[in-house]
Amino acid sequence: MLLAIDVALLIEKLVLIVVVVFASLGIAMYTTFAERKVAAILQDRRGPNRAGPFGLLQPLADGLKLFFKEEIIPNFSSKFLFILGPALAMLTACMTSAVIPWGDKVELFGRTIDLQIADVNIGILYVFGVVSLGVYGIMIGSWASNNKFSLLGGLRAASQIISYELAMGISMIALLMVTGTLSLKEMVVQQQHHYWNVVYQPLGFLIFLICAFAECNRTPFDLPEAENELIGGYHTEYSSMKLGFYLFSEYINMFISSVVMATLYFGGYDMPFVNEAALAPNMAALVGIVALLAKVVCFIFFFMWVRWTIPRFRYDQLMHLGWRILIPLALFNMLTTGGAILYFSK
Amino acid sequence: MNITTILFILLSVMAIGSAVMMISSKSPVHSVLWLVVVFFAISGHYILLNAQFLAIVNIIVYAGAIMVLFLFVVMLMNLNAETEPIKNYRLQLVGIVAGGLLLLVIISAIMKMDVEHLVQTKDGDAGLIKVLGMNLFKNYVLPFEISSVLFLSAMIGAVVIGKKDENVN
Repeated sequence: MLLAIDVALLIEKLVLIVVVVFASLGIAMYTTFAERKVAAILQDRRGPNRAGPFGLLQPLADGLKLFFKEEIIPNFSSKFLFILGPALAMLTACMTSAVIPWGDKVELFGRTIDLQIADVNIGILYVFGVVSLGVYGIMIGSWASNNKFSLLGGLRAASQIISYELAMGISMIALLMVTGTLSLKEMVVQQQHHYWNVVYQPLGFLIFLICAFAECNRTPFDLPEAENELIGGYHTEYSSMKLGFYLFSEYINMFISSVVMATLYFGGYDMPFVNEAALAPNMAALVGIVALLAKVVCFIFFFMWVRWTIPRFRYDQLMHLGWRILIPLALFNMLTTGGAILYFSK
Repeated sequence: MNITTILFILLSVMAIGSAVMMISSKSPVHSVLWLVVVFFAISGHYILLNAQFLAIVNIIVYAGAIMVLFLFVVMLMNLNAETEPIKNYRLQLVGIVAGGLLLLVIISAIMKMDVEHLVQTKDGDAGLIKVLGMNLFKNYVLPFEISSVLFLSAMIGAVVIGKKDENVN
């Protein structure tokens, strides 16, 4: 046979990819709605409540509005790169979901299906790689706009993401030393049998959380789009759905980083105090997905809570925090973890 | 032709094509972006050799960090086709000679290679993280540590150069 491909496996994975991507888009859509509602609650307002019951159709209305807006491409911009920017931002935001275990196995039509698109043995490094590529969307878009404000926003984003990637990577190394595996699936299985990783790595988790805020460009690290000094930051020149892509990719990033944090430090699809092995497989998978999504909702709420509570950093404070506080702390955490492993394994 | 061969040809075309584009494009920003595509194609080759760790590290280090810094510098300098300095012919000649010599070395190295046992696709495990770690920390521990000291000295050098000279003001 010319191309020996397992057709059933191909279809299975394709369905899984479509479901995961659309689910993350849908969740990100309603995260925009939740963000406005949370902001409203924190500021003692009502929030969007006109479109549909309780304002539930608001994200659809927002999307429609963005689609129908006039699309403006600046005359002196590099047109191909101008379009490539938001496309890349969206692509890298969606790509991370490939290695995340969404649940255990389900049995459908006599097949056992893993609820993970790819269980590669470098899972966590893949996540890290895609995160490090995320900055290209912003940088390309900001340069192609041919606007000084945009460029400054893009440069801020690049230096911020590179700086915080270091601390994030080092805190991840400490986690890897504890788990001894790079596969996200194995990490979750370990956490089902032992305590959650956050018990072993509290400092590591704190560093990871702060870096996740910075990587997602969320307040207090949203300097790339600081509107009072940079107009709109890297997306100043963007309009219509291209602007929508940039804004939307931020919400997808937020969702995905919540999933990654839940998986790495909070047991992933492990429901606490429930023995999944005793349940029927499909039931266990359902319980797992619900547990994971519940943890994710908590994280997303935390992201929003911080955004509407804490003001933005000044740029030098941001760099100071990244290089002088987080990196030494992460190094300290790595060394203590190594020492503890050596001491207890003796 | 099996699927590995097809993928190999596709990735090779992608790598060489974008390398040529990188050299020939006028704008430095475009050159940097084409170079990123080259790194992706090379990572694809690593995956074909079942060296997943190398593939992803190549992307994290080169595409994710070094090229971002390159792009950063190029964007700040605002280089474009109009401000590109005109290179003089003597420099171009030197470049051709140097490149030609490198090509000669590579060709002679390829001529001596044992083509039959060149690559292990799919089941080769040389690039997996466990094998790689065992090799680096057992068989090649001394060169590995020495190169890490070299990196450390380079880092310190960069910090010293980057530090503001307090005696100037």
